[in-house]
Amino acid sequence: MDWQAVWDSRSLLIEGVFLTLELAAVAICLGSVVGLAAALARTSRLAVVNWAAQGYIGLFRGTPLLMQLFFIYFGLPYLGVNVDRAVAAIVALTLYSGAYIAEIVRAGIESVAKGQRDAAQSLGLSFPQLMRYVVIPQAGLVTLPPLVGFYISVVKDTSLAYVIGYSELLRNAQSIIDRTARPIEVYLVVGLLYFAICFPLSRMVARLEKRVMATR
Amino acid sequence: MIRPDAATPVSAEMAETSIGDMIHLADVHKSFGSLHVLRGVSLDVAAGEVVVLIGASGSGKSTLLRCVNGLEAIDRGEIIVDGLRVGDPKALRQVRTRVGMVFQQFNLFPHMTVLRNVAMAPMLVLGQPRDEAEARSAELLVRVGLKEKVAAYPSQLSGGQQQRVAIARALAMGPKAMLFDEVTSALDPELVGEVLRVMRGLAEDGMTMIVVTHEMAFAGDVADRVVFMDEGAFVEEGSPQQMFSDPRDVRTKQFLRRILEK
Repeated sequence: MDWQAVWDSRSLLIEGVFLTLELAAVAICLGSVVGLAAALARTSRLAVVNWAAQGYIGLFRGTPLLMQLFFIYFGLPYLGVNVDRAVAAIVALTLYSGAYIAEIVRAGIESVAKGQRDAAQSLGLSFPQLMRYVVIPQAGLVTLPPLVGFYISVVKDTSLAYVIGYSELLRNAQSIIDRTARPIEVYLVVGLLYFAICFPLSRMVARLEKRVMATR
Repeated sequence: MIRPDAATPVSAEMAETSIGDMIHLADVHKSFGSLHVLRGVSLDVAAGEVVVLIGASGSGKSTLLRCVNGLEAIDRGEIIVDGLRVGDPKALRQVRTRVGMVFQQFNLFPHMTVLRNVAMAPMLVLGQPRDEAEARSAELLVRVGLKEKVAAYPSQLSGGQQQRVAIARALAMGPKAMLFDEVTSALDPELVGEVLRVMRGLAEDGMTMIVVTHEMAFAGDVADRVVFMDEGAFVEEGSPQQMFSDPRDVRTKQFLRRILEK
């Protein structure tokens, strides 16, 4: 084992960690907004809105993220749309996570007892008020554990942005390996770095799950 | 007891649609898919009147109540509440502020304190400032005997207490009529009395009420009229005395015998 080579390339690894975190954070934030909107659209009584949301969710859950990345980065230029690497990575990860988050949120909304809606409606609350004050606060707690669980997989899925040349952690690691021929050391360190990001999040999921069980 | 008669202030739209009843149903039909739940129901409830609906489960009583405040849309016929046509999307929220509803399963909001449960809708829907809404809610909670529970959460209360909060919550909107959907059916027997006592007090204060219940003693005391429903239609109606001592229809007789044997 030769750890010196890894140590000498630390700046590249650190940069990779930051770019990975950045991509994950942006995709998680935008994906959550898109997901919430799609989940609400799924409950809409307007058939067109409902179908559009269903179509989007089905499409992005039903195809591999890798293919979505390829399509946006390598495919779209043939339609005259050139996208930058970072933009392509963000768009693909956002749309992909939005589709999953929509289903997680929808399950949470549906977990709120129907009687809660009856009561709120019979008091004259409007639909947005009903969502804001009655449904979402109750759905939130149930939704959090699977939601954070999904965020963890988004962090790991950022490594797929490797294939379109985005300099996230894994890509930078690969370039260190190419230069130093020390794959074992580098992969071990990279694995440890991903783990260091994801493990606290999965501890959080476990704690949230306990809290949800306690309120049942 | 003397009740105010049907002479509520008659507004313009009331004059053309009904004759001063607080609640007016004419030939109401409702189906869920192929299930025909209400088959042409007509009912007029005068202001201050208490009507008790009885009938076996599945006879359409709950659906009828849910139609009155627009929780279910009707397929045919018309429902007018206090001069407003139920089903008119513009009038819907107004209808709901005028008709309170209390449910079998209480349906309190579990993430809010008792006080907040009661004060929320007056703040959001009527635009009352917080202080005013909370002061009024606290008064209503005193009235239902729950002064000390304002800061509690629903899960910390007994079923009877929860149901009394639910009544206070509906009253906080200042409704002109109240709908009670089997509100004591989910309660332990020893908790039924405290809820019925609150309802009795409301009736004595002249609240217009439609009550779906299996509590025949309560119906006998409080109802002005008892209506027996079977398979989505009214079979017969009359004063409690007449209905309980001398029902005419064989279905009413059978139903009352089954209920009173329990």
